[in-house]
Amino acid sequence: MNNTPLLLIGIGILAVGTFSLRFAGPALRSRFEVPERAQQLLAAAAIILLTALVATSALTDGHGPAGVARPAGVLVGGVLAWRRAPFVLVVVAAAATAAGLRLLGVP
Amino acid sequence: MPMRSIWRTLDPGLARDIGLVCLADGVVGLSYGAISVGGGLPLWVPILLSVVVFAGASQFLFVGIVAAGGSPIAAMVAGLLVNSRHVAFGLAVSDVIGGGWRRWLGSHVMTDENVAFAMGQDDLKHQRAAYWAGGLGIFVCWNIGVVAGGLAGSVITDTDVFGLDAAFPAVLLALVLPALRDRSTRTAALVGVVVALAVTPFLPAGLPVLFALVGLLFYRAEKPAVEVTR
Repeated sequence: MNNTPLLLIGIGILAVGTFSLRFAGPALRSRFEVPERAQQLLAAAAIILLTALVATSALTDGHGPAGVARPAGVLVGGVLAWRRAPFVLVVVAAAATAAGLRLLGVP
Repeated sequence: MPMRSIWRTLDPGLARDIGLVCLADGVVGLSYGAISVGGGLPLWVPILLSVVVFAGASQFLFVGIVAAGGSPIAAMVAGLLVNSRHVAFGLAVSDVIGGGWRRWLGSHVMTDENVAFAMGQDDLKHQRAAYWAGGLGIFVCWNIGVVAGGLAGSVITDTDVFGLDAAFPAVLLALVLPALRDRSTRTAALVGVVVALAVTPFLPAGLPVLFALVGLLFYRAEKPAVEVTR
């Protein structure tokens, strides 16, 4: 843990690698003409990833389930968003639901 | 698009929403800084990671592994795995980011949140405004939060008490919902969700989300709008 050079190497490679992953998309797209259909497919891919991120971060923690409070909070936020409630309300209601349930001892 | 016009393009409602997400990210940054220092890492580690890596989930993972006595190289590999989804984001928002120097800076400030904000806008001008305001705003708030949290130490280590762990999925859900009203996209996304959840118990962090891309097999691109209306 106190191996500073190794720590710096790890952080450095993670930084360069992460930037490369982010930069790869724009760099590739600028070289090739991407047809309309493929653009729709790429947009759909981003939405699929984000939706999966919602599900995994709402329902799982590590390799197991996330308990009750967090999914309940996300559910409340999701329902409000579906009913086109203001964004602020969605966020605050989701957090408040989870926090309130935990206050009551719900995991 | 000149930078100045980004701020003029942002309508007050969107600016407020982005501001809220920036604020929430700042609080999470606070907890990340505090957790890192509380775990025994020197202050410069969480701060350096936040500036040069700037990807929350991978940073939590990195400091978690290193603080637990794991190898920084293993932490780096795990971090890269978690960040691999940015390739798909970059392919989707390439036009939004723009070319030249913007591609360099814009790539670095790419996050789940500002990609989702951009995808929720109707035209390129508003997509750019949302992407840039979100990316730069989150970068500033996140880093301020990390420094403050690192200095404060073990004041706030558990943002779960405030329910912030529920707020973030809810933010992303609210942002992708409009796109999910399209039936084909929704089907593909739901298949992706099922696959990602099914493989979560067996795979390291970051990979399950990538497996969700299997859902693309169920996606049918719309015909161009002109043909449909005729």
